[in-house]
Amino acid sequence: MTTWLYDGSFDGFLSAVFDLYWQKKTDVVIRKEQDHVKGLFENVIFMPTITANADRVWAGLTKKLTEAVLQQLFCCYLSELPGEEDNMVGFIRHVFASEQDVSGDFGNKYVLHVTQLSRKVHREKHRMEAFVRFQLTKDNIYYSLVSPDYNVLPLIARHFKERYADQYWIIYDERRRFGIYYNLDKVETIRLQFNADYDPHYHTTGNVWAPEEELYQRLWNTYFKEANIVSRRNPRLQLQHMPRRYWKYLTEMRLG
Amino acid sequence: MERIQEKLAILADAAKYDASCASSGSNRKNTTKGLGNAHPGMGICHSYTADGRCVSLLKILLTNVCIYDCAYCVSRKSNDIKRAAFTVQEVVDLTINFYRRNYIEGLFLSSGIFKDPDYTMERLVRVAKKLRTEHNFNGYIHLKAIPGASDDLMREAGLYADRLSVNLELPTDAGLKLLAPEKSRPAMIQPIQFLKNEIIRLDDERKVLKKVPTFVPAGQSTQVIVGAAGESDMEIMHLASRFYRQFALKRVYYSGYVPISSDNRLPGLHSQVPLLRENRLYQADWLMRFYGFEPQELLNDTHPNLDTDIDPKLSWALRNLDSFPVDINKADKMLIARVPGIGMESLRKICAARMHGPLGWDQLKLMGVQLNKAKYFITCKAGALERRDLTSEQIRQQLLAQSHSKWVKAHSPQLQLF
Repeated sequence: MTTWLYDGSFDGFLSAVFDLYWQKKTDVVIRKEQDHVKGLFENVIFMPTITANADRVWAGLTKKLTEAVLQQLFCCYLSELPGEEDNMVGFIRHVFASEQDVSGDFGNKYVLHVTQLSRKVHREKHRMEAFVRFQLTKDNIYYSLVSPDYNVLPLIARHFKERYADQYWIIYDERRRFGIYYNLDKVETIRLQFNADYDPHYHTTGNVWAPEEELYQRLWNTYFKEANIVSRRNPRLQLQHMPRRYWKYLTEMRLG
Repeated sequence: MERIQEKLAILADAAKYDASCASSGSNRKNTTKGLGNAHPGMGICHSYTADGRCVSLLKILLTNVCIYDCAYCVSRKSNDIKRAAFTVQEVVDLTINFYRRNYIEGLFLSSGIFKDPDYTMERLVRVAKKLRTEHNFNGYIHLKAIPGASDDLMREAGLYADRLSVNLELPTDAGLKLLAPEKSRPAMIQPIQFLKNEIIRLDDERKVLKKVPTFVPAGQSTQVIVGAAGESDMEIMHLASRFYRQFALKRVYYSGYVPISSDNRLPGLHSQVPLLRENRLYQADWLMRFYGFEPQELLNDTHPNLDTDIDPKLSWALRNLDSFPVDINKADKMLIARVPGIGMESLRKICAARMHGPLGWDQLKLMGVQLNKAKYFITCKAGALERRDLTSEQIRQQLLAQSHSKWVKAHSPQLQLF
């Protein structure tokens, strides 16, 4: 058994898949270079990313799969789960090995897996569309911190761009240390340098926020409190929809 | 506390008994680089309050001043509570600023009736118009259609709102007469009928003309109060079914009566909100809208109320064991939809997957079928899982013995020591 390492990019993965076919290998596992811990007798080779090869694999998949299913495969990559490459390779092999479109073949474990994992990633995308809370800075930028379970910022950029087309905004992934910034024209990937005394959690005081920010947070908290019907109390249901790990980023749950 | 905060507290508190929270189904695209986008019409729940209900829209009343005295309503004229009213500009500012911070999907604006229906409706329309025309706002707007308001105002409301709704409030005419004697069913139906006709008329125009404005793109909905006037589930569901058919409503909401008054025509102040009953009604509603069930199949003179111990689909299946078992690999899609333990998502997977080869128990389980229920009603590649000839009562007992209903624990009248 040999392990091939790639640079962690989606192209890097596809490029390695190209070599699986090119070199006719079946006893190879593909892993991200950065999460790999070398085993004692493990044979490890680093595979450089060759974009042209990645493009050929993608073009081949595009011929056999719809846009929606390609997106599902990309979602599996964004899940960043360790060893997920094995399922993705299994899926790609099943696709190339079959004459017909296999995307509905849910009796196959790889097809079912890709559908189910992409649903989880999609749910996290949807949660971010719901749980982002912007705070207005005095520079007139709407700023939000998140740390999603999966790397979904690439998936939500379009939603926020279409919705908040007339305001500057930043959504910053605290865990993965990058963010997306919309400058009224297009969305860019950014990395922020924080000062040493930076408090990673929101603070309503201090001189970074717009003067009206505190008022609207207070009004939102008031609204949130009043919208609750006490005699229907059901915290279990609340937690089910809004797990506790998201609370520290939610204005209404932080101050409550 | 500032006055705006106090007003918001009063007018949000008064609006929260309206169950509608949908923000989906519209198609208002942000094409002008304005604010907001209700395309492609997917709803988003931005938060959840401690009662587990979602917060999707800023749901407020324009005012809680009301000329009516409906017994079940907190804002009734005779109730001694603080009254308040927003100005049009205040509602607009709140909506825009909440929306920009990604707190909400849009606005759900209702109101007590002050002066007369036209006067009230005109204010509601003015808020929506200002948001759309002055602030280039494409978020979701749900307005209450006030019965008795003029057709012109209704039509104008339809141009700016994504959804309009008139609440039927009480499911039976007797209940209406008892608890809201000033309101009449025909007056409620009139705007629903008018809006339905307008929607159809504009849809027809859209087929031949290019520029026809959007008109209530997310359609109409309504709400009925459950458990305030002694009605049966059958009366509720048959009413809902009639309105779905006759007026093409998008949704009927069932709102368990929350005791807010000591009026002796109503359940007492310490009675429980009928949450389980409400849940069963929603399940039955889904069965009618998506699973091809007729209301008479679920509720009829022999079974006027839904079973609270088991869900309505299982309850129907147990009364109709002669329709089963169905063969997962061959049966028609809508027959499989009737199997307890199979939902729309697993149904979709089953129908796609069986074209590639016959399915067995393990595959069904992985696809998300609840086999503990479904096994009594289906066969697959490996034949039947349950070979004994069980009676409905035996199946029911077996299922009840292994179920741990969330309702039993959360809503048991028994006090818990720890």
